[in-house]
Amino acid sequence: MLAGGKEAAPRRSPGQLGTRVLAYIVLTVGAIGFVAPFFLLITTSFMHYRQTLIYPPEWLPHPATLANYLAAFTMSPLFHYLANSVLVALCTVTGQLLTGAMAGYAFARLKFRGRNVVFFIVLTTMMVPVQVNLVPLFALVAQLGWVDTYRALIVPDLAGAFGVFLFRQWFLNLPKELEDAARVDGCSPWQFFWRIAIPTAAPAIATLGIFQFLASWNTFLWPLVVTNSDSMRTLPVGLAAIQASMHETTNWPLLMAATTVAIVPAVAVFLALQRYFLKGLMEGAVKG
Amino acid sequence: MKGGASDPMAAPTAESGPRAARAGAPVRRKGGPLAGESRWAILFLAPALLGIGLFSLVPTIGSLLISFTSWDLLAAPRWVGLANYASLLADPLFYQVAGNTVLFVILYVALDIACALGLALALNTQVRGIGLFRTAYFLPVVTSMVAVSIVWQWIYDPRYGALDALLRLFGADPVHWLSDPRFALPAIVVVSVWKSLGYDMILFLAGLQGIPLEYGEAAAVDGASGFVRFWRITLPMLGPTLLLVGILATIRAFQTFDAVYMLTQGGPRRTTEVIVYWLFQNAFTYFKLGKASALAYLLFVVLMALTLFQWSLRKRWIHQEEGA
Repeated sequence: MLAGGKEAAPRRSPGQLGTRVLAYIVLTVGAIGFVAPFFLLITTSFMHYRQTLIYPPEWLPHPATLANYLAAFTMSPLFHYLANSVLVALCTVTGQLLTGAMAGYAFARLKFRGRNVVFFIVLTTMMVPVQVNLVPLFALVAQLGWVDTYRALIVPDLAGAFGVFLFRQWFLNLPKELEDAARVDGCSPWQFFWRIAIPTAAPAIATLGIFQFLASWNTFLWPLVVTNSDSMRTLPVGLAAIQASMHETTNWPLLMAATTVAIVPAVAVFLALQRYFLKGLMEGAVKG
Repeated sequence: MKGGASDPMAAPTAESGPRAARAGAPVRRKGGPLAGESRWAILFLAPALLGIGLFSLVPTIGSLLISFTSWDLLAAPRWVGLANYASLLADPLFYQVAGNTVLFVILYVALDIACALGLALALNTQVRGIGLFRTAYFLPVVTSMVAVSIVWQWIYDPRYGALDALLRLFGADPVHWLSDPRFALPAIVVVSVWKSLGYDMILFLAGLQGIPLEYGEAAAVDGASGFVRFWRITLPMLGPTLLLVGILATIRAFQTFDAVYMLTQGGPRRTTEVIVYWLFQNAFTYFKLGKASALAYLLFVVLMALTLFQWSLRKRWIHQEEGA
């Protein structure tokens, strides 16, 4: 449609040129505004502490140092936070993919009584904000004796309505002929699911995978509530703890180094799987 | 074949009478569900339903029940009926928190929509490097609010921070952004908008790309200026997207917690004490779980109304698209 419009239009009128110049100005100013805080984050992380106390402020590290990164890993439990975040993210991504794909497959391809009622109930849980469930969920986890354990961080997040929904959408579009052929060959739903349905679902797997990874990596409120020792904290809660431990004299370079460590994996995953993320985002917001 | 396939919300509602209708469909009829198919379904569904049931459905119902009790997590909960709701509605602090929240929501949604729409319009002029710009704007979206808050706290630092250094260039006095009651809430709004702007910009961009170029071109041939074209053609056609983004942003703003926890902890003088932060304090600082749950349910009702509104809009929107 875009290409068709271009063909029909006169190449470029003066008014359009003005619009384009304005567009570039807006975009460039915007981009600077978006990149500047990241620039500040990175540059400060390579500064000596003393350099941040200079007025007027200096923008580039001089001389640059890796001491903050070393200090962040040796003098704070940053490595522990990082390992916890990785563990929790890997477990919840695996869990969501398995439970979501299986349930999505059942809702899309298997016939059973009450299918639509059950699916509708699952969907309604998407409407409930996490804060509403916070108190009873904490009470439940406390009752189970899970407070300050990995179980509290992982188990409640092993299944979710979004994953079920996403996979159901995907499996609804599987050609029926595939299923019929498999049935004739005596394939059970279990075999069909693993051998035929799952291999076709790579895009859905990537989409849910990156969604759940980022959600897990960045979540704050729940780990804040259920952890209270450094050995259990994930990165966001750990960063908050490092910051809180600094009180009045914040060591900004050290804090920036730790923050950079926390951000890099999420940004890397996003850059690698951007395509799937943006697609899933549109489906989630517009169609889903 | 399956009408509901592209429209998830149509499926459950369209389901009220269609067992018979589906039975009439010739394609799949060979004697009902295959032998053992519902047993397979139980196997496939069990893990997800167990997880969602235990950790989503049960807590949602539990939250309502707890809101009718007085409970400190140690002693057994005591049934108090509607007392939590009554005492909330009689508490001046509740109205202050609600006021802060509403102010936050209004400022956030207005700034977010203005900036996101402006950037999307600029991106939609077929500029070069669109992917690069889009990625730059999107980076904060994938970054945790805690990390973002720490960076902005450094920017806002009144002694050595970048923002005040910039202001001093123009001769302005340093501002204590996060400890001045006049500036703390707007300062958090700015951080929140910065974080989520890229997301809403993408939604606007998708909306803009759905508007046929011919419309604007025809108007341009008729001599309409860019400004007139924006008001008369782009904006009305963008209506559904505008509503969608507005509602999503409102829901998001009502749930603000991380930035407040990191940057102001509700201060100065409770000017940034928003509903979820107050809920958190009631639950995990004062251990008034009943009151916190009542607060959660009041929030829930507001957000559910917004969500249902959005779902019904989206449904109508998709039908329009399919009709076109």
